Amino acid sequence: MKETLLEVTDLVVKYKTDLETVSAVNGISFNLNKGETLGIVGETGAGKTTTALTILKLLPERVGIIENGRILFEGKDLLSLSERDMMKMRGDKISMIFQDPMSSLNPVHTIGAQIAEALKLHNEKNRTKEQLETRVDEVLEMVGIPPSRKGDYPHQFSGGMKQRVVIAIALACEPDLLIADEPTTALDVTIQAQVLMLMRELRDRLQTAMILITHDLGVVAQMCDRVAVMYAGELVETGTLKDIFTGERHHPYTKGLFGSIPKLNGESKSPLSPIEGLMPDPTDLPAGCSFYPRCPHASEQCLLKQSDAILSSTHTVRCRLFGKEA
Amino acid sequence: MEKLQPILETKNLKKYFNVNAGILHAVDDISVSIMPRKTLGVVGESGCGKSTLGRTILRLIEPTSGEIFFKGEKIVQSKSARMREMRMKMQIIFQDPYSSINPRMTVSEIIAEYMLFHKLYRSKAEVWNRTAQLMNTVGLARRLANAYPHELDGGRRQRIGIARALSVNPEFIVCDEPVSALDVSIQAQILNLLLELQKEFGLTYMFITHDLSVVKHISDEIMVMYLGQCVEKAPADDLFRNPRHPYTKALLSAIPVPDIRTRDKEIITIKGEVKSPINPTAGCRFAGRCEFADNRCTQTDVPLTIIGQNHLCACVRAKEI
Ligand SMILES: Nc1ncnc2c1ncn2[C@@H]1O[C@H](COP(=O)(O)OP(=O)(O)OP(=O)(O)O)[C@@H](O)[C@H]1O
Ligand SMILES: Nc1ncnc2c1ncn2[C@@H]1O[C@H](COP(=O)(O)OP(=O)(O)OP(=O)(O)O)[C@@H](O)[C@H]1O
Ligand SMILES: [Mg+2]
Ligand SMILES: [Mg+2]
Repeated sequence: MKETLLEVTDLVVKYKTDLETVSAVNGISFNLNKGETLGIVGETGAGKTTTALTILKLLPERVGIIENGRILFEGKDLLSLSERDMMKMRGDKISMIFQDPMSSLNPVHTIGAQIAEALKLHNEKNRTKEQLETRVDEVLEMVGIPPSRKGDYPHQFSGGMKQRVVIAIALACEPDLLIADEPTTALDVTIQAQVLMLMRELRDRLQTAMILITHDLGVVAQMCDRVAVMYAGELVETGTLKDIFTGERHHPYTKGLFGSIPKLNGESKSPLSPIEGLMPDPTDLPAGCSFYPRCPHASEQCLLKQSDAILSSTHTVRCRLFGKEA
Repeated sequence: MEKLQPILETKNLKKYFNVNAGILHAVDDISVSIMPRKTLGVVGESGCGKSTLGRTILRLIEPTSGEIFFKGEKIVQSKSARMREMRMKMQIIFQDPYSSINPRMTVSEIIAEYMLFHKLYRSKAEVWNRTAQLMNTVGLARRLANAYPHELDGGRRQRIGIARALSVNPEFIVCDEPVSALDVSIQAQILNLLLELQKEFGLTYMFITHDLSVVKHISDEIMVMYLGQCVEKAPADDLFRNPRHPYTKALLSAIPVPDIRTRDKEIITIKGEVKSPINPTAGCRFAGRCEFADNRCTQTDVPLTIIGQNHLCACVRAKEI
């Protein structure tokens, strides 16, 4: 049996300001096993980053509110941990890579100093200075950057190199869980390929479990074991890579996503099958299924709250089309 | 049969910028020719000169040297009525339409702007009629006529940019990353719209993007750029089926394909990253990253040569690798 590392249940997160309440995450549940990679895909505003920030307890203070749910990490309830214990957790056990590498690198410190800092903060306090330096060199080498460049500042590095440094820092303390939020979206395709290969190799070597957040189904296909499709704060479909990428039984939104991407082997200049309309307003979500205003199969039953239909032991779809099988 | 004339041609177009560190070769000797109703896709990585090429063609920036022809007629820097009319037939759509529109204007004012500026219609009423018709054409609901662009999402803002470009009845449109900032479902809506408009109005496009699936989908012919130069040009299907330049091969192999059967496909990784285009030395600009490079590649510049039907490639080893 695979060992569960992370268990998220019925998570509800809102952003409350004086002006409005944004329903960012609306009752999501998922599990992640040790060493496994889960892809969370969805479009702008679906709540992907909010989900990641919630797991790390990094939601903006006072504004970001967890209204419901439980997050168990190795059986420990993260939501009831003190900020001090959580900080330790973020260092040793759970790391995050953000989309914009500059937001996680400090422009006034050298690359080497920042990696050393990450190592010191976490589990390697008792190393001597020399040991620490050797470790910094190893970490840089691991991500394909010559250790001779550790005295450089972030602005002297290209986007791809900066992102590799961020990955180096995130993996320096060999976390059990790495949350990567659009780690390659800002990069050119050849550099993206380098970074993804690096992540894959390190993940496999260090047996790191990973949550990979992306809007790119291609990246998911190349990197993930399981997939959760997110729409308007809900997981509308979850399954193994095979469940999501093959077969005919899918959530209409999942089908829409696949229909929207131009196929490399498709007929040039033939029309795509996009999803009509726009994402609903997160301050005023429709009752029932939040996809029904755009859904080609919408009916009155969609106005009711939907539950997950279980298509197989690994595959669930939150849509009434499959309701009878639940 | 009368020989069809290209809508747009460039001959040895160059745009160099003087920067602190030297001369930056943003566009370096580009010759293209686009036939009526066709789309030339331009791909390449960040900084390879795609936008500079598009802007130079429209003479939003002055070329350093080289020539541009619109339907056989040379475009020169002149404010004559003839030039204004010709340049009106050439329009551009940007990645972020927000950066090129006045945020204090309403949707209908933005769309009407060029028509009023060029005095295309005798009365205001005609302009507003045409504006309403354009909104319909690009799929903007009438009720948005008095909205401000910041109230709208990226997809709708892009529709405004398209409507404004169409308002002067252009024949040629440079589309500079028009869908790159959009979500896939919205991206697909806009790509479909651009394809429909091309059919309906007989438009000719130069479509700039870094997204290889998008370029394959929308183009008849594709040009691959690297550090200001064209390294390969071929009909879209041919380029994807039979890429010949090592850079094109690497680029195509790096696409993450949304198909689990290709999960462990081999990726040709290229070492390093794109170099600076400042004061480039002679020879192939990709040579430093190329696994096939030998001393022929760095001695003299490598010309684009014909290696197949409508297929050009700038690689001394194109035939052997
Ligand atoms: N600090 C905040 N205050 C108010 N609303 C917020 C805040 N952060 C995010 N939101 C809103 O919460 C919703 C979910 O945002 P989130 O960033 O989680 O989406 P996402 O799926 O990561 O999108 P993207 O693909 O654009 O990164 C959006 O409607 C967003 O506008
Ligand atoms: N006004 C300018 N002055 C100096 N250099 C410039 C100027 N405009 C562009 N460049 C440089 O010219 C080169 C080509 O830039 P350009 O914007 O055309 O690239 P691009 O292919 O459109 O890139 P991207 O995919 O990032 O949009 C880059 O090295 C850029 O820094
Ligand atoms: Mg996000
Ligand atoms: Mg550009």
